[in-house]
Amino acid sequence: MTAVVTATGLTKRYKSSLALDGATFQIGSGRIVGLIGPNGAGKTTALKAILGLTTFDGQLNVLGLDPRKDRDKLMEQVCFIADVAVLPRWLKVRDAVDFVANTHPRFDRAKCDAFLARTKLQPGQKVKQLSKGMIVQLHLALVMSIDARLLVLDEPTLGLDILYRKQFYQSLLEDYFDEEKTILVTTHQVEEIEHILTDLMFIRDGKIVLDTDMDSLGERFAEVLVGAEFAAAARELKPLDERQVFGKSIFLFDNVSRPQLEQLGEVRRPSIGDLFVATMKGTYA
Amino acid sequence: MKTFYWLVKREFWEHKGGFFWAPVVTGIVFLVLNAMGIILGEVFGRRSNWGGFKYNGDLHFQGSNISPQDLHNAGAGIDIMLYAIAGIILAVTAIVVFFYCLGALYDDRRDRSVLFWKSLPLSDTSTVLSKVASAILLAPAIAVVVGVIVGLALAILVAIVATMHGIGVWSLLMEAHPFRVVLNLVLLIPLYAIWALPTIGWLLLCSSWARGKPFLWAIALPVGAGVIVSWFGLMGMAGQPSGWFWKNVVGRMLGSLIPGGWVGNASPLVVPSRDDPAAVLEALDLSYHYSALASPSLWIGAAAGVAMIAGAIWFRRWRDDS
Repeated sequence: MTAVVTATGLTKRYKSSLALDGATFQIGSGRIVGLIGPNGAGKTTALKAILGLTTFDGQLNVLGLDPRKDRDKLMEQVCFIADVAVLPRWLKVRDAVDFVANTHPRFDRAKCDAFLARTKLQPGQKVKQLSKGMIVQLHLALVMSIDARLLVLDEPTLGLDILYRKQFYQSLLEDYFDEEKTILVTTHQVEEIEHILTDLMFIRDGKIVLDTDMDSLGERFAEVLVGAEFAAAARELKPLDERQVFGKSIFLFDNVSRPQLEQLGEVRRPSIGDLFVATMKGTYA
Repeated sequence: MKTFYWLVKREFWEHKGGFFWAPVVTGIVFLVLNAMGIILGEVFGRRSNWGGFKYNGDLHFQGSNISPQDLHNAGAGIDIMLYAIAGIILAVTAIVVFFYCLGALYDDRRDRSVLFWKSLPLSDTSTVLSKVASAILLAPAIAVVVGVIVGLALAILVAIVATMHGIGVWSLLMEAHPFRVVLNLVLLIPLYAIWALPTIGWLLLCSSWARGKPFLWAIALPVGAGVIVSWFGLMGMAGQPSGWFWKNVVGRMLGSLIPGGWVGNASPLVVPSRDDPAAVLEALDLSYHYSALASPSLWIGAAAGVAMIAGAIWFRRWRDDS
């Protein structure tokens, strides 16, 4: 696995707070990585550091470059969608395509035109006349036509309806992603990207608290539906979390052997959402 | 180079209203006002049975006997009119450019579209320089062209009216030199650009640095500094009179976009008789204007402007608030 991003002891201090506190992680080529964390955990700061938009301490290597020094060169290989509606309001669809086509060396105009043909976007429309969903379609068409090695998405589907959200990730998977490309995405709508992720990172208070690929996630964590009679035995095994449903308890376990759990009740793979809630307990307290 | 062209084009797309439509609309309004004035003159003229037709004092006809010398002077008069009208349009563009610079590195941070531009492989240096070029080259060039077209339109309008009064002034128009006027004005743009650098630099610096209200910062800092200097001056503590500070620091930081602002720094102007427009034009030729290149204010201001533009590039790169 060749690393696209390698961060060691990534630290960023704002005036009053520590946004990144020695975060260390690695992102391999051809992966789709979800960076999930509560508000204010340092997700956006981490992305900004990777994109060379902010200063930081520690070491960070993105595609062999230091984003602080070689940002201009780096951006030929890296794309990002910050969140919805950051396209300038005065820009026309046609001009946006023209501009990127003439300033980005890795942009494929024919591809972009094909993507746009599938939408209702008209060349003469200005961004301010478009709905949020259409702006994202435009942005996505531009970005997917760039042959970049790393795509960074920061809350890309915020505020979109479910049709646009589904379409967004579907396009990315069908028309963009391949083993040469890497996608790093942050979002609060975890359940929507759960099935497309290959890797998962949880970030809390500027530290990476969980870094795993999805396959080992299923092996490591287990959710067990336990009847009242075994609840005490389950608690002995030090569950991460416990919640009640219809008189039964659902326990979340980390690294407990499968046969042992199967004696207690029905074992399932936990959803990222439940895992997230369990891991982040007490964040806002 | 291709990237830079597209960056400037982007500025034009965004600011077409200011760079193009503002001078055009000013020109049209100017023409309409003049046409109204002429009609007014016609109506009054008819009522009071004035003998001749008067316009502006630039063109002054009481009869139809025109000597070759008069003809030559009338041509120069029309040239002066063209310069004057281009000056008006340039003044409008100067106001547009002032506010353009204040917003150039601020507006996209406020609406966060800076993140889109920064997602493209564009260096912050070329981004900022494309804005400088739009402000000091593109906008004045458009203003010059529009200004001369408006001037010519006005001249033709006057000629038509004169013809209706039986005065053949078309030959006068032939004596004017619109292309020379355009050429001279275009050749003055580099001087204008160098002269305007301190204001452009200061406004861009505020635009890239301010977290809010760049206009207030841009005005308040130099004016506040001027007030403090004056205050010390009143107490008799400063060696220089504070007027120097106001003129050479505050004035240059905020007012260098005013067209022809360098005139006070050029060699002393020998003003010939006002009745001799051709001589006035000659006295105001390019070499006169470019004699301002010998003034330290121009070069110190330009150096300060370049330094502030460098500062703006640095802030553009590292300002982290979107």
